[in-house]
Amino acid sequence: MLKRIFFYSLILNTLLFSKLYSAESGGMPQLNPEFWISQIFWLILTFGTLFIILSKFILPKISNNLELRKSQILENVEMAEKQKKESEDKIKEYEDLIAKSKNEARNFFNEARKKILFDIDKKREQLEQEINNEIVDVEKEIIDLKKNAPEKINKISIETSSNLIKYLIGEEINSSSISAIAEDLSKKKMSKYYGN
Amino acid sequence: MATNPMYQFNVYRIGPEIKIDQIDISFTNASLFMIISSISILFIFSLGSSKKNIVPNKIQLFAELSYTFISKMINDTAGSKGKPYFAFIFSLFMFVLFCNMFGMLPYAFTVTSHIIVTFVLASFIFVGVTIIGFLKHGIGYLKLFVPSGVPIVLLPLIVIIEIISYLSRPISLSVRLFANMMAGHTMMKVFGGFVISLGIVGGWLPLSFSVALTGLEILVAFLQAYVFAILTCIYLNDALNLHH
Repeated sequence: MLKRIFFYSLILNTLLFSKLYSAESGGMPQLNPEFWISQIFWLILTFGTLFIILSKFILPKISNNLELRKSQILENVEMAEKQKKESEDKIKEYEDLIAKSKNEARNFFNEARKKILFDIDKKREQLEQEINNEIVDVEKEIIDLKKNAPEKINKISIETSSNLIKYLIGEEINSSSISAIAEDLSKKKMSKYYGN
Repeated sequence: MATNPMYQFNVYRIGPEIKIDQIDISFTNASLFMIISSISILFIFSLGSSKKNIVPNKIQLFAELSYTFISKMINDTAGSKGKPYFAFIFSLFMFVLFCNMFGMLPYAFTVTSHIIVTFVLASFIFVGVTIIGFLKHGIGYLKLFVPSGVPIVLLPLIVIIEIISYLSRPISLSVRLFANMMAGHTMMKVFGGFVISLGIVGGWLPLSFSVALTGLEILVAFLQAYVFAILTCIYLNDALNLHH
């Protein structure tokens, strides 16, 4: 059914089409010279106007824009490179500065340490000196004391023994004999008490 | 009436008849579409060149890309000597392209589908190129017809062939554009007629063909404008740099 309708319509159309086509004046309208002059006239007019306006006003502007963009981009690239170089230099400078300051800080630290160590050494030396001096003094005193002790002991022993004898006997005895005895005794016992 | 595929190429008067000394220069639909194309070109490119943005907007990008495209085309084919003719070739390319493209709109008239229009353009190019050739090289421009390295025996034949090929340039240039545009539009019309005649039942096939043809025709519209411009460049190159 569909096929039949399809074919009928096709045949009908081709018939109609060919009838209409033959009814027209036929051939190509392009070869009809009726409007040739008019077309040439209007073509020259419109194309001429188009050409003049484009070449005088619009194309120079576009070319200017393009040149401008080109130069500006070149400029920008140049500037960017310059700034990049500058920033690199700055970074280098900063790094140098940081290294330098680090070095300085280390130096300061070292110096301070040295100074402190030196001070400590000095103080210690001084202290040792003082201590040594004191020790020497004390030793001297001890030696003096040691030296003086037997004499004093002798004196005291003579006095006490004379006082004892006086109390016991009631008579005064010549102190020289007592001292001779005490000295004799102390000489004997000295090594025992002082261990010299 | 509308089913006639040639009907779309009819030229008819719009408005009153204008006559100067028995010569009819009435305003027609062809004139209308020439003016529409020219005004569109001027409008788009004046918009595209009015701002001086470093980063271009879309219309500026279009204008600048077209500019560089054609300038590169001239530089590639005619060298740096072709630079003074840039404005003419730019206008030519844009005019043909816009006329072709406007012809793709439904119910529009295709200016370039008329042999008289393309022939006037082509013969203008032919005459211009010949004048440029004789101005640049004097009578030595005739050396164009005598290729180097051809045996003397063959020379008369070759010279005749060269002269015929040179003289046929305006015809081949104009017929190429006209025939391409006419054939494409006629074919689209025929397929459109098939869609109507086959109706809802069988119309899908010619409809899909029509869609595909529309894409093809847009490509052809661009390609023919490009070919027209590049052949002009090549003829110009012959006139500017005599290679033979």
